[in-house]
Amino acid sequence: MSINNSKSKMPDPSVLKEEILKKYPGKIAKKRSKGFLVNDPTTVPEIQANVRTIPGIITQRGCTYAGCKGVVLGPTRDVVNIVHGPIGCSFYAWLTRRNQTSPPTENDPNFIPYALSTDMQDENIVFGGEAKLKTAIQEAFDEFNPRSIAIFSTCPVGLIGDDVHAVAREMKEKLGINIFGFSCEGYRGVSQSAGHHIANNKIFSNVIGIDDVTEPKGKFKMNMLGEYNIGGDAFVLENYFEEMGIDLVASFSGNSTIESYEYSHKVDLNIVMCHRSINYIAEMMEKKYGIPWFKVNFIGAKATAKSLLKMAEYYEDAAMIKATKALIDREMAKVQAVIDEVRPKLEGKTAMMFVGGSRAHHYQELFTELGMETIAAGYEFAHRDDYEGRKVIPSIKIDADTRNIEDLKVEKEEASFRSELQDKKAKLEGAKFDFEDYEGMMPEMKKGALVIDDISHWESEKLIEKYRPDIFCAGIKEKYVVQKHGIPLKQLHSYDYGGPYAGFEGAINFYREMERMLTTDIWKMIDAPWKNEPEMVGSMVME
Amino acid sequence: MLLRHTKKASEAVDRKALTINPAKTCQPVGAMYAALGVHGCLPHSHGSQGCCSYHRTALTRHYKEPVMASTSSFTEGSSVFGGQANLLQSISNIFAIYEPEIIAVHSTCLSETIGDDLKQITEKAIADGKVPEGKHLVQASTPSYIGSHVTGYSNMVKGFIDKFAFNTGEKKRQVNLISGWVEPSDMREIKRIMKIMKVPYVMLPDTSDVLDAPMTGKFQMYPNGGTTISEMASMGDSMATVATGHFCSRDSAIHLENKCKVPFKLTDVPIGVKATDRFIQAVSSAAKVSIPEEVNVERGRLVDALADMQQYFYNKKVAVYGDPDTLIPLCEFLVDLGMKPMAVVSGTPGKEFAKRMEAILAEKVPGAKFANGSIADMYKLHSWIKEEPVDLIIGNTYGKYIARDENIPFLRYGFPILDRIGHSYFPTVGYMGTLSLAKDILNLLMDYQDANCIEEKFELVM
Ligand code: SF4
Ligand code: SF4
Repeated sequence: MSINNSKSKMPDPSVLKEEILKKYPGKIAKKRSKGFLVNDPTTVPEIQANVRTIPGIITQRGCTYAGCKGVVLGPTRDVVNIVHGPIGCSFYAWLTRRNQTSPPTENDPNFIPYALSTDMQDENIVFGGEAKLKTAIQEAFDEFNPRSIAIFSTCPVGLIGDDVHAVAREMKEKLGINIFGFSCEGYRGVSQSAGHHIANNKIFSNVIGIDDVTEPKGKFKMNMLGEYNIGGDAFVLENYFEEMGIDLVASFSGNSTIESYEYSHKVDLNIVMCHRSINYIAEMMEKKYGIPWFKVNFIGAKATAKSLLKMAEYYEDAAMIKATKALIDREMAKVQAVIDEVRPKLEGKTAMMFVGGSRAHHYQELFTELGMETIAAGYEFAHRDDYEGRKVIPSIKIDADTRNIEDLKVEKEEASFRSELQDKKAKLEGAKFDFEDYEGMMPEMKKGALVIDDISHWESEKLIEKYRPDIFCAGIKEKYVVQKHGIPLKQLHSYDYGGPYAGFEGAINFYREMERMLTTDIWKMIDAPWKNEPEMVGSMVME
Repeated sequence: MLLRHTKKASEAVDRKALTINPAKTCQPVGAMYAALGVHGCLPHSHGSQGCCSYHRTALTRHYKEPVMASTSSFTEGSSVFGGQANLLQSISNIFAIYEPEIIAVHSTCLSETIGDDLKQITEKAIADGKVPEGKHLVQASTPSYIGSHVTGYSNMVKGFIDKFAFNTGEKKRQVNLISGWVEPSDMREIKRIMKIMKVPYVMLPDTSDVLDAPMTGKFQMYPNGGTTISEMASMGDSMATVATGHFCSRDSAIHLENKCKVPFKLTDVPIGVKATDRFIQAVSSAAKVSIPEEVNVERGRLVDALADMQQYFYNKKVAVYGDPDTLIPLCEFLVDLGMKPMAVVSGTPGKEFAKRMEAILAEKVPGAKFANGSIADMYKLHSWIKEEPVDLIIGNTYGKYIARDENIPFLRYGFPILDRIGHSYFPTVGYMGTLSLAKDILNLLMDYQDANCIEEKFELVM
């Protein structure tokens, strides 16, 4: 069996789409059809996204709680997270994302290796769980003495009517530390995405800006948003920032502390890596404090160079621009050397990518740098703007499933509003410098590529069968399904326990990883050497 | 230090409400695992999609194999109005798109809290004609605010028996094996023992050739393994049932006896010499066959090797955590080797555990601590270890944090193992499985000695 395919024998995408959807009962085919498009980068068709998954369909998606606790709050090390609910939800979110963290000393807090749960029992479901939650908070406080405690509600909690916010307020009063709760029950939204929003809201209203006294040090202060330090990505970037002379105040939320969030409103810039999970905080901080934000991308060497340079240009500091250019030149030379070596082996190969809310877009950069083509892609929990660009935001329909996630009313805070930053923004914007920008995935993909939102198991099976891509990128649930076909799958949530893949160093790691995955001999061993030989017949006879 | 905030038992808060680092997880993941051991079956999680995603992920990471399951994908509306519409729609879609023989529906905390009645909904699905001819629905109620993943496993197996086992009135010369939560390799090993003993059998569930399916270049949504519908049906006509594990298999055995009048013998999962002896005896008496010489030879080989190994095990202290059905025979075996299980926890509740542990440990291991159920968690285990250090830790992947912090050799054993590959291929049951388990323990202790002893004590021959 060979995994080398040329693009020439690829099927007609529109015909294939029909064939795939045919399997679905009528109404479902119609529904899926709107989230299953043949791309045209110039006109960018409207895609259906962020709508509920059809019951019974095997989906990649997880729940609101996973987005809130697992993604956004999980990587922060100095907050004690208590999951209020039966045991499972807490168990599965225990150390299962690879957000590395680096407490500066042995004595600094790090609660990431701990899973805390109220382990609700029958009687708590029947009679309510608030009393148990209060006791649990008290016990966590007594045992760990943390600076703050967060409470995460899982599905049963909302239904039995426990008021976690009232409990949080009461215990905050009693214990004198910051305690806040998230109504992030799994059913609140159609995917993890709702949980991101809920997390953003609460961090914004209960944590960001509560410390007005501490002045973070440094001349060029910045927050990084939407970088979760999977496999150490943030560590790579932190080094670049330091070399450029930028002081990273807070990271939302890879390698971060809740302490730094408290004074994170005192920066000059917010950069946004994963637009889907964190754009809310960026926007709210701009409204309230006047801090400008723009989108960056550190996946792909060219994208990294572009993003770093944009940051330096924002600060309008000659020394920083010079240092940044030097950094880029130095690193790009290393990158180029590896590309020169690896690219000839991978040129022309095809990739498919169905994952997350930003990575299915970002990682296309790396494939492009290797001369590979992304022939189909889609997100697991993104919205239309992540596909079509932020310009479509005003036209996105708010349906019943999104309506119940609060949009916070944010007011300008006169006392700390940074009008000088807004002036700077206005000046730079005139000079073709984009803020609050995200073009989305589709304008950057080729005409005729398939764009599929919330892909189902059935759909990905058919894609694999018809296209036999050289590599498929998705998550752990898809990994071994795809590999049974003899096609390698790269996990883009956990990086298959490798990485980092961010920045120049990360790009090199990724090229090498693709070289390994696409040239390994293991897939060639699937068939035994005697597979096509005639069978021996007869009995064992001595000659 | 990774677990830098963990305190010694004597300094820790006496917790009543807070579980820290659980030694259990929730019912549906067990139900999902059990359902994968039935041929042509798609597990279906009735609740929000998060549970299903987590359970598939946990199983996939442990087995490094496809784990297929669907979900009712609840949203706010279903949570308020009940999940019947979601389940009915799921059933139609699954049969149309994924074409399983059986959909095994299990509930989740959410659908249980709402009060969805799976039995009533599945009956409605059948009445509404949503189940094609020759296809089946099985259901199990698996609320996670009761019991643990072990309970879910047990409930799902019982669901299959309830649905399929049937007494035709004509006895069959075969024995039922209700296998308990063990690895696919363990199930395969038990089947090998059955062949040696020349005992015809039906094993339920059987995850071998499902969660260790070969690479063929083709994905098979329903792999070749798993107990078939006709096998399950025939269980009602078997001579007897051998059920291994009080927690995973007892309820199913009782149910089968009540339903089809098939008598059962309950014994331990065959880990260690004595538990395997009891298992062999149970099979022999259930099937009314004598024990063949080949079994004696395997047993003899094991005892011979253990005699050689025993000196290294003597008085070594061990901390163990996991599921009751495996902890009970495992601790018995450790004690037989001369080791001292000083700290044992399981998050799974049930009085049987304490009773058995008491019997195994009280006399031979003075000062041993054990606990199960609420707040019998890994934090407690660790705080005991801090009080009284041990020479070895045995349990699932999460123990690696304690092992590294305290510099203690660590054997990965149980579910889930998230950081190694291969554990699901090598059995630890039966005499041969026990031998490989003993060898793994010994290697760990010796590797530790080699890596840590002072140079003048470093020796070639050990
Ligand atoms: S809600 Fe219940 S079934 Fe779902 S993951 Fe949590 S504990 Fe498990
Ligand atoms: S119970 Fe709800 S919160 Fe917990 S994993 Fe399931 S869907 Fe998510």
